[in-house]
Amino acid sequence: MDLFSNLALGFGVAFTPINLMYALVGCILGTLIGVLPGIGPVATIAMLLPATYALPPVSALIMLAGIYYGAQYGGSTTAILVNLPGEASSVVTTIDGYQMARKGRAGPALAAAGLGSFFAGSVGTLILAAFAPPLTELAFKFGPAEYFSLMILGLIGAVVLASGSLLKAIAMIVLGLLLGLVGTDVNSGVARFSFDIPELTDGIGFVTVAMGIFGYGEIISNLSKPEEDRELLTGKVEGLFPTKEDFKHMLPAVLRGTALGSVLGVLPGGGALLAAFAAYTLEKKIKLKPGEVPFGQGNIRGVASPESANNAGAQTSFIPLLTLGIPPNAVMALMVGAMTIHNIQPGPQVMTSNPELFWGLIASMWIGNLMLVILNLPLIGMWIKLLSVPYRFLFPAIVLFCAIGVYSTNNNTFDIWMVAGLGFVGYLFLKLGCEPAPLLLGFILGPMMEENLRRALLLSRGDWSVFLTRPLSGGLLAAAVLLLIIVLLPSIRSKREEAFVEE
Amino acid sequence: MIKSQKDFYSGLMFTLVGAGFALGAGNYSVGTGARMGPGYFPMMLGIVLAVLGAFVTFYSLVEHTEDGDKVGAFAWRPLGYVLGANLAFGVLLGGLPSIGLPAMGLIAAIFALTIIASKAGDSFVWKDVILLALVLSAGSYVAFILLLKLQMPVWPTFITG
Repeated sequence: MDLFSNLALGFGVAFTPINLMYALVGCILGTLIGVLPGIGPVATIAMLLPATYALPPVSALIMLAGIYYGAQYGGSTTAILVNLPGEASSVVTTIDGYQMARKGRAGPALAAAGLGSFFAGSVGTLILAAFAPPLTELAFKFGPAEYFSLMILGLIGAVVLASGSLLKAIAMIVLGLLLGLVGTDVNSGVARFSFDIPELTDGIGFVTVAMGIFGYGEIISNLSKPEEDRELLTGKVEGLFPTKEDFKHMLPAVLRGTALGSVLGVLPGGGALLAAFAAYTLEKKIKLKPGEVPFGQGNIRGVASPESANNAGAQTSFIPLLTLGIPPNAVMALMVGAMTIHNIQPGPQVMTSNPELFWGLIASMWIGNLMLVILNLPLIGMWIKLLSVPYRFLFPAIVLFCAIGVYSTNNNTFDIWMVAGLGFVGYLFLKLGCEPAPLLLGFILGPMMEENLRRALLLSRGDWSVFLTRPLSGGLLAAAVLLLIIVLLPSIRSKREEAFVEE
Repeated sequence: MIKSQKDFYSGLMFTLVGAGFALGAGNYSVGTGARMGPGYFPMMLGIVLAVLGAFVTFYSLVEHTEDGDKVGAFAWRPLGYVLGANLAFGVLLGGLPSIGLPAMGLIAAIFALTIIASKAGDSFVWKDVILLALVLSAGSYVAFILLLKLQMPVWPTFITG
């Protein structure tokens, strides 16, 4: 079996002490920041990215991946104990998780989230390992026209499945694509939109974009809200283990959440957030067994299923990135940036040219999930302590990490001016109700899209119909159009709005 | 009559920025589909963005919303202090030759950042802020300088020479 020899190679890489250490560091940092409300995984990864510059590429990616799924675990802890989602993907967990905590069942809720996530993470990792090679084969058949169409599908998918206004989300993508084009054009050597500023000829750094728009934007908007009375349910975490009855309800929910999350994670624009929402909606549709607590009042299924789903989705969203080189969501867009910094061009060739990196990363995901169960269940007390630190101590620290992160990217003060400007822009986006995630996706894909469009049209001598006449490319575009039509249908439209508004 | 203030202004923003990019792209050679110049793709996208913005603005005038989707007041205080803290950090850390300011190093920059950023919060207690700055300085020194070996000045140049 190829799968086993590949995984063996991967575990060989991941089990070296140095990589184990980085996985652990990533998981701890991820949980740490996941537990802190108000700073999302995108800002977290952007913030900590510079810390990985000096590491070898495998270790750097292992650590970043650890941060990502660590944030997923950490986010559920705050959701359950404080009724504040640490991450957007834990929003639905607050509904039943917090109710369980109020009834003194915080322990079982945390255990359901942790164990469900671990199971889902393991399954997600296996799916990733099994499906990556055949998809990579497919990717080698792609020409520039197919890549261009795939990116269109990916970008459309990203906005269709996201919340909020469709039109504005598409506009944000286009804005992102344009910002991605700033800097020297690779073909002609012309410095575009650089206003004769030498630093801008290299393009806008994506760490500055992510940090300014996500990091500072989020901090400022948090500070502008009055400090909420956080009711911390810490004293009540005792008896971690769910009862036999709990397990009976939990198990099918975990399985359903995992299946749904794995599928949705692969889709463009999918990933953890959508998976969690969909899983909760599905659970609510399934009839309550006699003696079960209704949803919204502390049903354990309402915790187990979305938490499994978001973790499965977090794993499988690596599939499009690692096989096609196309990030399906903003976090994966950051991973593209991270790989580029380490001189790895994401795409199908990674698996053949860097098998240690590819399989090492996959194997480390499973190890990371295992570490997280240990970090989050027996050591839960440590994180709870952290939650009692007032925000006025936390946010200067976050601002500091952002600033160090920005500065250490290039050791150039210009980036500091840039990030201040982008921070203002990020806050403006929040005020105007413009979701920034699609912008980041567009920003990463901008140069790739231009390059593929240019090549496709060069090969076809300027004939645009090539995108429709090549069967694979035509099919991808048709799928994109179909997606748009489906979302614009009035009946689906109202459902979509409903799906993202949970009481 | 504006029915959604947020959409109205974001539409305007998209249109202006899109038009700006499209006009700017005109300065570079545009070329044809088969031989795309550096201006081709940005011009195309700029026009698309401007049109999208126009649609957003249009809908904000016709589509009814419950509360008018007000943009609301800007939180200038946190905005100014958080961004100001970041600027102070950058200037102190690396120095600013254009105004003759030497590099003051990481520790001074952390103190400035912590003090300025803390002003953005609801309460400001000097003792706590200084304590926090001390903890952050020590932590950053260990994490970033000793462990991660980031290249940055730690102390002011006039002390280290």
